[in-house]
Amino acid sequence: MTSRKSVLVLGGSSDIGRAAARAFAKAGYDVALAGRDAAALEPDAADLRARYDIEASTRTFDVLDTASFDGFVAGLPVLPDVVISIVGLLGVQQKAESDLAHAATIMRSNYEGPSLILGLFAEKFLGRGNGTIVGVSSVAGDRGRASNYVYGSAKAGFSAFLSGLRARASRGGVHVVTVKPGFVRTKMTEGMKLIGPLTVEAPVVGDAILRAVEKKTDVVYVSGIWRVVMLIIKALPEVVFKKLKF
Amino acid sequence: MTTVSGWGRFPVVDSEMLRPRSFEAVGEAVVAGSVARGNGRAYGDAAIGTARTITMTAFDRVRSFDPVTGRIRVEAGVLLSDLIDTFGPRGFLPSVVPGTRFVSVGGAIAADVHGKNHHCEGGFGRYVDSILLRTGSGETIEASREQNSDAFFATVGGMGLTGVILEATMRLRPVETGWIRERVISASDLDAAMRALEAGDSATYSVAWIDCVARGRNLGRSLIYLGEHAGRDELAEGAVVFPVGKPPALAVPLDLPSVTLNPTSVRAFNELYYRVGARRAGGDHVVSLYPYFFPLDSLGGWNRIYGRRGFLQHQCVIPEAAAREVLGDILDRVARRGDASFLAVLKKLGHGDGLLSFPLPGYTLALDFPVNGDILTFLDEIDRLVVAAGGRLYLAKDSRQSRATFEAGYPALQRFKAIRKSLDPDGAIRSKLSQRLFDEV
Repeated sequence: MTSRKSVLVLGGSSDIGRAAARAFAKAGYDVALAGRDAAALEPDAADLRARYDIEASTRTFDVLDTASFDGFVAGLPVLPDVVISIVGLLGVQQKAESDLAHAATIMRSNYEGPSLILGLFAEKFLGRGNGTIVGVSSVAGDRGRASNYVYGSAKAGFSAFLSGLRARASRGGVHVVTVKPGFVRTKMTEGMKLIGPLTVEAPVVGDAILRAVEKKTDVVYVSGIWRVVMLIIKALPEVVFKKLKF
Repeated sequence: MTTVSGWGRFPVVDSEMLRPRSFEAVGEAVVAGSVARGNGRAYGDAAIGTARTITMTAFDRVRSFDPVTGRIRVEAGVLLSDLIDTFGPRGFLPSVVPGTRFVSVGGAIAADVHGKNHHCEGGFGRYVDSILLRTGSGETIEASREQNSDAFFATVGGMGLTGVILEATMRLRPVETGWIRERVISASDLDAAMRALEAGDSATYSVAWIDCVARGRNLGRSLIYLGEHAGRDELAEGAVVFPVGKPPALAVPLDLPSVTLNPTSVRAFNELYYRVGARRAGGDHVVSLYPYFFPLDSLGGWNRIYGRRGFLQHQCVIPEAAAREVLGDILDRVARRGDASFLAVLKKLGHGDGLLSFPLPGYTLALDFPVNGDILTFLDEIDRLVVAAGGRLYLAKDSRQSRATFEAGYPALQRFKAIRKSLDPDGAIRSKLSQRLFDEV
C-alpha cells in the first residue's frame, strides 16, 4: 500500500489499455491491470514497475462473467481512485446479422458488461465520496451505420449509460468521463483500412484519458476532427443517411 | 505482399509484412527468407526479408531496470526515444545514440550504430551485455561476451542475419541533466576541419557538418560541434533539468517535387548554414540534447524532401593514414557534381566491436544524394577510392554497393559466414541486403 493514487484498467491487455496504464504510471499512479488472463498481463505490469518506479499488479476479469463482478470488486485490496474500462469487442458485423450468439456477445461485451461493472464502481465511489470513472466508448455509437450497427448500438447504449451516470454521480463527488477515440491503430483495427488524418496511435488515446481525468472533462473526442465529422453524420436526414454505404 | 522500402525510400520492393505480438508468434513467423525489422530507419534494403519482413515494434516492454547501476533489460522493439523519455528524467540515457532517436534497440544492435562519442567510447554494442536471440534454426539462446560469444559478436553489427533479436540487456549512462554543453568551431577548409576533430579527441562528443558544395580554397569547410553532458550547476536558474522531447514540430506531408533540392538551393542553404553557424563559434553554450543529437528528428518524414524517387546515403569510413588525401578527393568530386544535399557529416571513429561492425579507426563521411541521373555510376567511382584506401561502407545506409566493395571492406566476413551457418544451417534468415551481398545465388 502506498500513498500514491491508483488506477484500475479493465481491458489491460488492449493497446489502449496498455497506453493508458503507461500514461497514469508516468504521472505517478499505482496501476492494476485486469483482463481475462492475469498471467499474460504480468510482463506489462513489470514494464510499468521498471519504467516508473510505481506498484503494478494484475487481476483476472472477464467482462462476460457478470456474476463475478461483485466478487471482483470486493476482492480488490484497495478501491482505486480511477477505474477505466477499455473492454470491448468489434466483432464481425456480417456474422452478427445472422449469428445471434455472436451479436449477443458483441452487445454484452460493449454494453452490458462495461456498464454493469462501472455502475458497481460508481456505487462504491459514491459511498466514499470521490473517484473517477472512465468508459471508452466509440464514435460508432453516435449513429448506427449499415456497416457496424451491432457494435455501434452497443456503444450507443454504453455512451447513454455513462451520460446518465455522470449526471447522477456528479452530485456525489464522482466524475464520469466518456472517451470516443475514433480510429486508433491497434490490434482491433489491424488489417482495416483507416483514414490517415482521422487515425491516431494508442499512446495519444492514453494521454488523452489521463488529461480528461485530471481536467474532469465529460466527453472526449480524442481527435477533435471527429467531433465535427460526427456532428455532420448525426445531422444528415435519415432519407439521405440510409443511402450511404459506410 | 506489400511494397516496402527503407528510410531512403530506395529501393522499393515486395515483401510480406508481419507484426507478431508474442515470441511464439515470432517463431512461427520465421520462414525461409525472413528478417526482422525495427522502426524502419535503415536506409536501404537491410530490414526487408526476401520473402517476409517481421516487424518487432510490438515488443516495446522494459523487463527490468536497476536505478543504481543503470542496467536495463528491454524487448527489442523498444525505441531509443522511449528510453530517453522514460529514463532521462530518472538520470539515465542510452550510452550511444545515432543521429535519430527513432530507432529500436534491436535495430541499434543489428547495425551496431555509432554516435558522436564513437572516437572515445565505442558503439552501441559495447554497452550491450547480453542478447536473447531466436536463431534461424529455431533455437532461442542468450548470447553475451562469455556465453555463446560467437553468436554475440556476429549479432552485434550482424544486420539481423544471425536471427531475430528478442531482448537485450545493456548499460545506460548516468547523466545529471538532459542538456549538452556545446562548443562550435568553424573550420575554413578540410585541413582545419580534421585538425579540429583531432583536437576534439578528448571531447565526449564530436562531429562536423561539412559543406560538400564548397569548392576550391573552401573545399571541406565545416562547423565542428563538440559536446559534453552539462551538470546541474551549469543550467540557468529555473531551467528544467530534463527537457521533454517533443514529437516532430513540422512534418513533410508529401513527396516534394525532386527539383526542390537543386544545386542552387543546396548551395544557398549551405552558405547560410555555414555563416550562421560560424557566428556562434567560440564560447560554450548549453543546448538541449534533442537538437544536439537529433537535429533532423524535429522534421517528421524528412526523407520525403528528396521526392518520390528516394535518396541514397553514402557513408564510408577511411582509415586514418589515408583519410586526408582520400576525403579531399571524394569531396572534390562531390563538389563538382553539386547535387549532394545539406546533410553531410564528417566524424572520427574508433574500433568496432562486432565482426561486421562498420567503424574502424579513421574518418567517416556521410553524404546524401537524390536518386537520379548517373548517381549509381558516380558512387561506384567513389567506392573504388574507398576500397583502395582500405575503407568500407556502412551497411545500415547501403542499398547499392557491389559485392566486391563489400568483401574488400569487411575482412571478418568469412568468420561471420561460418557463425551464421552454424546458427542457421538452412539459411532461413535472408534479407534483400544479404541476398545482394552475402548469399550464394
